[in-house]
Amino acid sequence: MTISGEVNQKIPLFSMKSITKQFPGVLANDRIDFDIYQSEIHALLGENGAGKSTLMKILYGFYRADSGEIQQNGNPVTIKSPQDARDLQIGMVFQNHNLIPALTIAENIALFLPDLPFILRKKDISDYIKEISSNYNLQVNPEELVSQLSIGEQQKVEILKLLLSDARIMILDEPTRVLAPQEIDAFFEILFRLRDDGYSIIMITHKMKEVLTCADRITVLRQGGVANSLLREEVDEAGLIRLMFGKQMPQLEVESRQIDRSKFIPVLELQEIVTEGEGAETSLDRIDLQVFPGELVGVAGVSGNGQKELGDLVLGMIPTKSGKKLLNNRDITKDSIQQLRKHGLAFIPENPLIMATVPYMSVLENFVISSTWRYGSLAGMTVDWPTAREDLLQGLEDLGFELPLYVPATTLSGGNLQRLVIIRELSHQPRLIVASYLTRGLDVQSTLAARAALLKARDQGAGILLLSEDLDELFELSDRIIVLYQGQLVGEFKPSETDRYEIGHLMTGTEVENVP
Amino acid sequence: MSLNMDTKNKLPKPVQSLLNNLLRYLLMVLVVLVLFGIILLITGKDPLQSYLDIFRSAFGSAQGFSEVLVSMTPILFTALAVALPSRLGLINVGGEGQLYMGACLATWGAITFSDQPIWLLLPLMTLLGFLGGALWAVLPGVLKAMGLVNETITTLLLNSIAPKLVAFFVFGFWHSPMDTNKTPNFVPAARLPTFFGTRVDLSLIIGLVLLGLFWFVMTKTCWGLEIRAIGGNSQAAKRSGIPLNKYWVLMLCLGGGIAGLAGMSQVSGYYGVLLVDFSRGLGFMGFLISWMSFGDPVAIVITSFVVSVIFTGGNMLQLTRGIPYAVINILLALTLFVVLAQPKFIKRKTA
Repeated sequence: MTISGEVNQKIPLFSMKSITKQFPGVLANDRIDFDIYQSEIHALLGENGAGKSTLMKILYGFYRADSGEIQQNGNPVTIKSPQDARDLQIGMVFQNHNLIPALTIAENIALFLPDLPFILRKKDISDYIKEISSNYNLQVNPEELVSQLSIGEQQKVEILKLLLSDARIMILDEPTRVLAPQEIDAFFEILFRLRDDGYSIIMITHKMKEVLTCADRITVLRQGGVANSLLREEVDEAGLIRLMFGKQMPQLEVESRQIDRSKFIPVLELQEIVTEGEGAETSLDRIDLQVFPGELVGVAGVSGNGQKELGDLVLGMIPTKSGKKLLNNRDITKDSIQQLRKHGLAFIPENPLIMATVPYMSVLENFVISSTWRYGSLAGMTVDWPTAREDLLQGLEDLGFELPLYVPATTLSGGNLQRLVIIRELSHQPRLIVASYLTRGLDVQSTLAARAALLKARDQGAGILLLSEDLDELFELSDRIIVLYQGQLVGEFKPSETDRYEIGHLMTGTEVENVP
Repeated sequence: MSLNMDTKNKLPKPVQSLLNNLLRYLLMVLVVLVLFGIILLITGKDPLQSYLDIFRSAFGSAQGFSEVLVSMTPILFTALAVALPSRLGLINVGGEGQLYMGACLATWGAITFSDQPIWLLLPLMTLLGFLGGALWAVLPGVLKAMGLVNETITTLLLNSIAPKLVAFFVFGFWHSPMDTNKTPNFVPAARLPTFFGTRVDLSLIIGLVLLGLFWFVMTKTCWGLEIRAIGGNSQAAKRSGIPLNKYWVLMLCLGGGIAGLAGMSQVSGYYGVLLVDFSRGLGFMGFLISWMSFGDPVAIVITSFVVSVIFTGGNMLQLTRGIPYAVINILLALTLFVVLAQPKFIKRKTA
């Protein structure tokens, strides 16, 4: 894809000079200079913990810098609060969207607008939304409830919010993290159009490919400092990787394997499973599936087509309406989650913050909660903390991660939380692993480590169900790929015998025409 | 100064946080005293003399101090009855009803087995008291676990039924030949032993031990860990395999049982008889105290104590200063208000 944006090289619109921010124990930003010009897409690239989000939260008035200065067109300004930032036409979309599910799109946007009249004229707002949204390919129905929207649509609403509130600079924190593969291209089209209309976009990300596709200017942060700031033309992928890590990245070697299925009984077997989805859940419809020991089965599907429900079904969060669930040939259809976990089920959910950790408990305590029966002694009177500590340290060492043990989980970044959950779930030699969005929120290095850990568990004989929207990941890791569409299994392939095109069609429910 | 800092830093963490909490409370008391003093001035009374009266009544004599402890005893239980389920994120508003049912069942034991010796009868009544409260919480717990009705609503609604049930049994079956609204006095074997000729009885010790046990379970045991996990993030706890439903029902019943013990201690210790409508909102007071103390056992003891000082002192003011009893409710309300408002200048130290 070619970039044809005209980059304004004169005075930067906003300029952050020598920004320093110290958190207890971490120097998050160390004398960072950062310029944003009019009409550009500026990618802020870096590993987890490199200081990207902190820097942008300073620009948005969420944090205050310990030292340093922010200038607008060369004049110093103070930004003490997000309100100040908005007055300067700076807007930000956070990783976790800030929408109220019970209200409509129009109401959500109206709440964000300044100078809201006492009596709302919803029709005016709706018309305004329609007008703006059609200009930028952000079509939404203003009357729809936010609770009915997919994550991709919610993101559109967030961007609309900024547009309608007159922001000229939009800070997007890992915007593509939540998007399905085909949504990303459309999303970039939106960004290009915004840029061509004079908007400036700052995109926080750690995805190299996306940066190379859409950015006009790239600033790479490493360990709280600026590694370099370059124009797109001046750099390639290898160069960016060197800047991010200061060295060459190792590649993950995936050995392709062939399981002789006749020898094994499946770790997990689903027979004609039917569930009934409540509310926004998808109902699963006659799912037949076997996962064998030492096999990694990838589940492809656009979000909302039953992946979450499939994972929850295996875990036992969702009751089966009919059908049978077997673990090593034992009927587990009615077993409790704890029973399943005792029999070697591990579960890495898509959202570690909401689904796997307790914010005000320490890292070590969070490590223990999914296997309290293992560490509890004297019938629950005490907890064997020394053993737990040893196991956690061992897990950290195995994966090459570092985490403080005695801080509350709420102080960890999203990536670190995910690391914690991965270590917790992969310790104790699980026999069946259900992993959703394993590498979401992880940087390149941790992604490799997490994938390697999963493959190691596979090689040790665990059966793995990997739910992902990242087709690259599925093709790279899976021994077998199955496709979910509207709660049904619509295809099953060996990665070597199919391609992205075929799977993509099945994922979106379109007819496959030209398959040889 | 630097020496001072050094010694402060050397103090173990729990002691430090305790000191911080004490300071917080002292400051809050000060704020309340000033505010209430203004009200006293407006009504033309001398605030200093009034405070002196309250202080004297509570700390001036052993007898006065013992009355504070007596008044504090039941609310220790009812506060714990709220604090326990609150750690799971459950809101038990049903302390009042559970207290009545505990008193009811304990009284049944006292009447039916009145010929038993004290070492058999008292434990039996304690057990019955616990059971009465616990059973009264079974229904809310089960309905919550089934995902049908919120426990806040069910426990609250059951509050208005329990006193009627007690009244039904007293009027219908248990009333003494003289009065229709109360049972005959309990036999001595059905009375909790008291100390040093005061009205302080064994249940104060039981209450304090239970609070200590509560602290131990929450911080040291595997159960405490699971409970904190559920309270901190129930979805994560459920996915981790912690049996949510079991804990919901169990902890509500345990809380109910402890409120039931408060009822038992009232009829067996304080009154020695079961009166219709005997509780003057002890269950609700426990609810307030538990939330003011953030469910912390030490804070529960301190808060209960302060509230009891106000109560007993209020009785005294009524006598010595001719202040209407309602004014004491103003004092109590001010206290609640100040504690719940968490004034900004009293910094909450975070660990």
